[in-house]
Parts: sequence; structure tokens; C-alpha cells
Amino acid sequence: MESSRPETDVSDTPLMAPLVIGEQDPVSLETREVVFDLHDINVYYGAALALEDVTMKIHKNVITAMIGPSGCGKSTFIRSLNRMNDSISGFRLTGQALYHGNDLYATGVDPVEVRRRIGMVFQKPNPFPKSIYHNVAWAPRILGMRDGLDERVEKALRGAALWDEVKDRLDRSALGLSGGQQQRLCIARSIAIEPDVLLLDEPCSALDPIATASVEDLMHSLKRDYTLVIVTHNMQQAARVAERTAFFSLNVYDGQRTGVLVEYDDTTTIFTRPTDKRTEDYVTGRFG
Amino acid sequence: MATIDPTRPLIATGNLRRRRVLDRVARGGAMAAAVLAVAVLLVVIATVLIKGSSQISFDFLTENPQKIDGTVGGGIANAIIGSALLIAVATAMALPIGVMIAVFLTEFSGAGRLARPIRLALDLLNGMPTIVIGLFVFGLLEEGGVQTGFAGSFALAIIMVPLISRTTGEMLQLVPRELRDASHALGVSRWRTTIGIVLPAALGGILTGTVLAIARAAGETAPLLLTCSLFNSNATTINVFGAAVPNIPMLIFTDYDSPYPIDHARAWGAALVLMAFILVGNLTARATLARQRRMIPR
Repeated sequence: MESSRPETDVSDTPLMAPLVIGEQDPVSLETREVVFDLHDINVYYGAALALEDVTMKIHKNVITAMIGPSGCGKSTFIRSLNRMNDSISGFRLTGQALYHGNDLYATGVDPVEVRRRIGMVFQKPNPFPKSIYHNVAWAPRILGMRDGLDERVEKALRGAALWDEVKDRLDRSALGLSGGQQQRLCIARSIAIEPDVLLLDEPCSALDPIATASVEDLMHSLKRDYTLVIVTHNMQQAARVAERTAFFSLNVYDGQRTGVLVEYDDTTTIFTRPTDKRTEDYVTGRFG
Repeated sequence: MATIDPTRPLIATGNLRRRRVLDRVARGGAMAAAVLAVAVLLVVIATVLIKGSSQISFDFLTENPQKIDGTVGGGIANAIIGSALLIAVATAMALPIGVMIAVFLTEFSGAGRLARPIRLALDLLNGMPTIVIGLFVFGLLEEGGVQTGFAGSFALAIIMVPLISRTTGEMLQLVPRELRDASHALGVSRWRTTIGIVLPAALGGILTGTVLAIARAAGETAPLLLTCSLFNSNATTINVFGAAVPNIPMLIFTDYDSPYPIDHARAWGAALVLMAFILVGNLTARATLARQRRMIPR
């Protein structure tokens, strides 16, 4: 499906392959439940402001992509959503980050419980040095889901489109799998504990195109049961996969670089009729 | 414009010649020093080998000494057993504590400001004279009472803890951060991550570090001098908690003190056994550790 003709004049832009926007209908957000409600989020590392005044809502069972040039705070942002930045010294967040109405950063909130519901898949596949079965079964067992563990593992591996490839070698080491398989194993591991949200931080950047395609197909089927938020460097990937896209960019104040949310809209809009000139410059390849 | 004729032959003259000579002298000196260090080690090993190998036999290793006024015969079995017992008890105490200290320092950011003073304290403990440690343990556990093998083990454990803690800490830091991230992202708590993911990944290195610590403790004499030296040299004692057990370092010490040449010979034999154990332990542990450091995925 070709992108509709942009209304802005891009005749002087460098030649670019046509953007293929995924076949999703634009999302009618009024009926969708809000999962994350973020107001004026500022993230500091020590004295440095890494992210400034991010306000956005993320909706249920929708794939939301974060795009933007390197260093503009996309990873910082997504890691703030499940308290993964807590272990970084100097990290401080101000503003209100509501998850299903609950403040994620209120005192007394248990970050372990937050991560139980909001899982994360990382850029480089990081399976545990255990067997395939135990990679998937370890966390559920620890979290108390001991009944029907075998079924749970199978369901997770099927959900990650990996079952057929590994069902005969579940007790072999996970480190023997290919990159794409390892990443799908990491996804299976995350969905085995039945989270609510899955955050994916550049999940395909370490994978070859075939593995990337299989993970992207997977994301389309996962969004039925989970809410997905994905950070990607690859604009085309955002166009293929996401229904909503947020464009982050960098502001430079006296040499200090701060990430800002420039525009957040339906993917089709971002790529064909962006409101902000910075967005247009980025998606047409003029910078970034 | 070059100040020397560039077409002249390319050999050193004048100042450069002098510097080259100096360079050779310095290099020769450094090499000589290195050779000297190795030579000392080789001389020690050779001496012990020559003087002790005549003693080594199956009987030597399996029979108790028969020290009745210089009678010929007997071996050092009770000392071997005793040393093994002392080390076993010491390791049982030092290993958990050393590992827990390392876990605290590397895995829990609550350590933060405490980390440097704790590491300094461990380094100082490592350098503490072992006779002082022996005296301390004597005063703590045995003053006015009876010597026990346990006290000797306690002193050895104090010596082993800094070593185990340091190697374990090093191995824990080699475990890639992404494994911990993956576990946290699954909603698993810090402690469970450490026990279920980090420690198993570092296990090989931890055990190897323990072998190194054992190799050190096996040869320590001063701590045992005060805490575990009064024992019946002719019998096997295994009551580590109630009495002093015979051990190799003390056996060497007392045997060489004795007027009988047969006891001197036994001392050399025991020295050979001890040295062989420590050398083999050190070499295999270091080789294994080097291999493990290279294998951990980064």
C-alpha cells in the first residue's frame, strides 16, 4: 500500500525509497483505554536534563513507536516507563507518570511489581545461560506460577512464533540459537509471565532482515493481547509496524543536549502530513 | 634542511651509540632481575624436590609417624588428614562470607559509599601479619582453655576471606549487565536475580578463586603456631572442634627442631608434599581462571 501524496513540497529533498505504511486503519482513540498517561515528564541524569516536558498518552492494544535521531532520549523514555532507570545513578524523574491511573514513581511503589506488569525486550538478545525451557520457565516459577509450567512455556513459545523451531530441543542451551531465534526467545520469556505491556527497545537492530521480518510479524499478532511500545531507529520499521508514532528530537541549550517530544500522532499522519517542520525534515531524510 | 648528511650510511655514531649501549645495559639488567626471580623459585623447588623425594612412598603418605626416639619408619598421614580437616572447616566458614561480601559490594548499589572503605578494609586484612591473626584468635578462642583445630580453622578463614571476596567480586563484575537487566525486566527481585542468574554464571570463577585461597591457607604456619600446635604427633585426630589436630606446617616445624635426622628427613618429605599441593593448586586454578575470564560473553 503506497503512501498518499504528501501535501508539502518535497521536490527538493534527496531521493528516498517510498515509505510503505502498514495496513492498519487509523486508531479511534476515544474508545481505547489509556494505559500510560504522562504529563510534563522531565528526566535528569545528575544535573543534566535528558528529557524535557514529555506529555503523551499511550493506548491499550496499540503499537506505539518512538522514532528520532540518536541520543534524543527515546531509550531513556521507554526505560522510565518500567522503572528500569532506577539502577542508574543520578537518575531523577519529575512530572506525573500514570499507569492505569497509578503513579509509577509515587513513594511506596514497588519497582519489582511495576516490572512484573511492564516487561522489556532489549536491543541485544540476552537469553540466560540456561536451556530454552528454563529460560522461559524460570521467571514464572519464581513468581509463583508453578502449575502447568510446561503448558505455560509452550504457550509462550507459540506466542513468540518459536515453538515449532525449538519444540524438540527444549533442554538445549539457549545460547545455541540464532540471533533472531534468541530475540524471539526473549519475547517468549517476557510474555510467559503474562504482562500487561511490552516495551521493546530497538528489538531488531541487532538482527538480520529475515529475523527482523519475523519479529515484526510477531508484533502484529502480539498487539491483540498486549500493549506494545517500541523504540526504533528505523523509520520504515515504525511505518510498517506501528499505529501511533512519536517523534523525538534534540534541543541544544548552551551545549547541553535535551530530548524533546516534537510530535505524536497516527503513523500515517507523521509520515505523510506532519505538522512540525522538524518532523518533516526527519521523515524525509533531510537530517538524522 | 637536514642537519646531518642524509646520504651517510645508516649506522649509529656518537651520542646515539652511547644511548644504544645504555639501552642494552638497562634491558640486560631488567632481564637479569626477572631471571633472578624465576631462579629463586626454581632453586626452592629443586631443593625441596631433591631433599624430600627420597621420602615419598605410599607408606609415607598413609602411615602415621612413629616418633619414639628416632625410630625409622612411619609417614605423615595424620598430618595430611589434619590439614585437610582444618582447610575444610576454614573453607566452610570463609566461602559463604567471602561470597556474600562480594555480592554486597557488586550487586547492591546500597553499597555505594561503603564500597571503598570495605574494599580497603579487606586489602588491609589481606596484608595483616598472620602471626597477629593467630595471636588474635588465640586470645579470642583459646586463652585459658585448650587448643582446638577449630580455632586454627578460624584463623585460616580470616586469611581466606579477602582472597575469596576479591576473586568472587571480579567474577561477578564480569557477568554481563544485560543478564541482570533481562531478569529485572521480568519482575524478578534483586536477590533472586543474584542467586538464580548472576551467581550461577560466575560459579566457575568463584570455585577457582576458592582453590587459590585454599592453596594459600594450606601453607600458613604462623596462625597455627599458636592455635593448633600442641597435638599428639603419632596419632590421627579428627576431633576438630575439641582438640588440636596434627597438620603439615606444624609437623615440618617441630620435626626440623628435633635432634634426630630421621625427623629432618620426614620434614623435607612433608615440605615436598605441601609444596606440590600448593603448586598444582595454584597453577590449575590460575589457568582455569584465565580461561574463564576469556569465556564469559561480553
